[in-house]
Amino acid sequence: MFDALSDRLEGILGRLRSRGRLSDADVDEALREIRTALLEADVDVGVARSLVDGIRARVVGEDLSKSLSPGQQVVKAVHDQLVEVLGGETLRLSYASAPPTVVLLAGLQGSGKTTTSAKLARWFRQQGRNPLLVGADLQRPAAVEQLRILGEQAGVPVFSEPTDPVAVAAGGLREAQRLGRDVLIVDTAGRLAIDEALMDEVRRVSSAVSPHYTFLVIDAMTGQDAVATARAFHDALALDGVILTKLDGDARGGAALSVKEVVGRPIAFASTGERLADFDLFHPDRMASRILGMGDVLTLIEQAEREFDHDVAAEGATRLLEGRFTLEDFLSQLQQVKKLGSLGGLLALMPGVPKEVKQNANIDDGQVAQVEAIIRSMTRRERAEPGAIDGSRRSRIARGSGTTSQDVNQLLRQFKEAQQLMRSPGMLGGMMGGGAKGKLAQALAERMGDGSDPGVPGLDSLSTGAWGSERAVPGLGSGAGGAKGRPGSKKKKGGRVTPKGGGR
Amino acid sequence: MLALWIVLAVVLVTLVVGLVVAVPRRRRGRLGRGEVPSAAVAPVTAPAPAAVPAPPTPEPLEAESPDAGPETDVGAAPELRERMGKTRGLFSGYVRSLRSRSSVDDQAWDDLEEALLRADVGVATTTALLEDLRARVRDGELRGAEAVVAALREDLRRSLDTTDGNGLAFDTEGPCVWLFVGVNGVGKTTTIGKVARREKAAGRSVLLAAGDTFRAAAAEQLEHWAQRTGVEIVRGAEGGDPSAVVFDAVQRAQARGNDLVLADTAGRLHTKVNLVEELKKIRRVADRPPGHVTEVLLVLDATTGQNGLTQARQFLDAVGVTGVVLTKLDGSAKGGIVIAIQRELGLPVKLVGLGEGPDDLVPFDADEFVAALFD
Repeated sequence: MFDALSDRLEGILGRLRSRGRLSDADVDEALREIRTALLEADVDVGVARSLVDGIRARVVGEDLSKSLSPGQQVVKAVHDQLVEVLGGETLRLSYASAPPTVVLLAGLQGSGKTTTSAKLARWFRQQGRNPLLVGADLQRPAAVEQLRILGEQAGVPVFSEPTDPVAVAAGGLREAQRLGRDVLIVDTAGRLAIDEALMDEVRRVSSAVSPHYTFLVIDAMTGQDAVATARAFHDALALDGVILTKLDGDARGGAALSVKEVVGRPIAFASTGERLADFDLFHPDRMASRILGMGDVLTLIEQAEREFDHDVAAEGATRLLEGRFTLEDFLSQLQQVKKLGSLGGLLALMPGVPKEVKQNANIDDGQVAQVEAIIRSMTRRERAEPGAIDGSRRSRIARGSGTTSQDVNQLLRQFKEAQQLMRSPGMLGGMMGGGAKGKLAQALAERMGDGSDPGVPGLDSLSTGAWGSERAVPGLGSGAGGAKGRPGSKKKKGGRVTPKGGGR
Repeated sequence: MLALWIVLAVVLVTLVVGLVVAVPRRRRGRLGRGEVPSAAVAPVTAPAPAAVPAPPTPEPLEAESPDAGPETDVGAAPELRERMGKTRGLFSGYVRSLRSRSSVDDQAWDDLEEALLRADVGVATTTALLEDLRARVRDGELRGAEAVVAALREDLRRSLDTTDGNGLAFDTEGPCVWLFVGVNGVGKTTTIGKVARREKAAGRSVLLAAGDTFRAAAAEQLEHWAQRTGVEIVRGAEGGDPSAVVFDAVQRAQARGNDLVLADTAGRLHTKVNLVEELKKIRRVADRPPGHVTEVLLVLDATTGQNGLTQARQFLDAVGVTGVVLTKLDGSAKGGIVIAIQRELGLPVKLVGLGEGPDDLVPFDADEFVAALFD
């Protein structure tokens, strides 16, 4: 994880501060650590090697920064190198002068092509287009059926017929022209890159429709095989871009780097969940952070934004800043945070969390449940005034939650400590401060833009360092920030009805 | 101490998210309706498909023609090695060149390392294996490249051996349930079809449970396999409770005298707490008398990298996985992550999937797997 890598690098490079410059020898060991980190992230062996060479060039001879430690500086160089590789030329979609614009999806079995087709269709619709989906996967049982259902959800018609993939594709194109649809999205069957016959088939499908864009759909958890697959599909189809799927998992996603480096085509889209809405343009710097195990704060925030009730979230932050944050508030925020998934996983995504915690934190979600149970066993008044909890109340709470008085005591103490910690210099400053930890500040800055509306009370004090941070948070002028939650801000999850007893 | 961090984490996330959602997003950077991102020149006319050089060796897979009725003959199960052998390539290349050397120099170790890494064996396992070999070379126990390669092969084979063997647990004390779990897209449903074929041929009475009630047309997909293999299937309402489907299937199995219930579940990422809870419930329900769960099979895609180990760990913790089915091994991926899974978690690979047809399933054989790596 980021802190682990940074700390490891710190251990190697920490003594260098006095030296002023990073030499070859200094950097060698550090680069070995970086190579390991990249390999653990599933980056192709060869690509990792060339990346490390690139980083060496970036770093050797550099002056040691004043504000970053040598370890942080090297990590920053790595991060920047990855962003460069992953980014570069963004794929800019432009539409054919003679419609429809044809998009072809190809890839291995199970990579997510069918779901992605529907997501793309929805995306195009959002762009104001009228897409048509073509179900040319006649191999997988019920694949066309699946696409029809998804198409309905996306509000996009689906064309298919039980002939053969090439005929279906050609038929789809004619149908699009007939109906005046301006985008055609062709879903194909998953196929092994080494299967000559099937690769030939997809070439013929491509010939039949002359796609303007051909995308390789690849699973973010793919390992070393990514390169061979990408190369083969690229050789066969001349890819225009790549779509990375299942980014809502915790795979580091090094395959993205490998594919980009080897195929040289942009990663156009990122798919981040099973709902049709979980689809967006690809962000190179978020991916770079993720590959390095640095935690993807921006995605975390976006996810939270989708899942959280905005009013509750804004209220919580306000009360926190005003020092009015109670156990009651904590409980309601805990409910929100649980929606994001495992708390242990969450901690891993957050910068600024000390390494001891991350290392020990396969935080048992049972412990979280315990914390919750304790608070639920309190009365409203106890939650508002935990100071009033005496021995007998403690026992009662302990009994009610299936814990011990010591557990209850511990929670109360730690809650108090946490509140104090939040106020202490360095804590928030550390999170908001410079270097790689400035991700948070960056994220906030990005969101707040030039900062217009009168702010969440207390934001002013944040920016002027009343919380003890040395620097003003970039992007927060006085009066920055939005006032309330969004209008009608009770957010419901879109997508499917959740079944009883479970939920997506 | 940990509780403190739970508290802090919640508090921090509250603060951050609260601040962020309270602030309206800048419009720039988000595509408004009808906006197209400003253009770099993108191809508008279709590029001619690139000329393709003849690809090396592999024999094409026979196309499976979708059949209307159940097939009763079990086709010849493909030999693991034969099918894996399609992609000789790098690993064997390294090894061959290594063997030709008399001594094991730095370059040789690097090559071995690269070969293992490219097979998705992973940094930690690779390092452990090679360090052990290096020590044995230093001690004089292993002399020369041949010996090192042979020793590595043996180490790998031993890593994958299990004392319990790779059989699938079955008994006749009421309906056995084999639960199939895993992340999205790995091949659970197809695997169930293959297992149904196999078990029926072995004389067992099989019932399928369409426990994926989430994915569009998932039950239809499994229904296809039921028809194809001539076994019954229990379905529920789409969007309904998967536990209910499994419960119904077990009841029916008991009533009709089926020996074995093969329960499909929806693909789910191990990082999703709600979904993991749902899976736990499915297992609990499946385990209620008269049913009993005798296998929880984690279906794992051979193309998966290091995340495979995380998946295995999480699913093991959640629902007590008893074995792994490694799918898509007929592709170019080597599936080396299973070595770490066995070494670190004690989870054996029981079955290997080698294609999309109903017969493309073989029992896992450590010898064959390792030999295929080295051939």
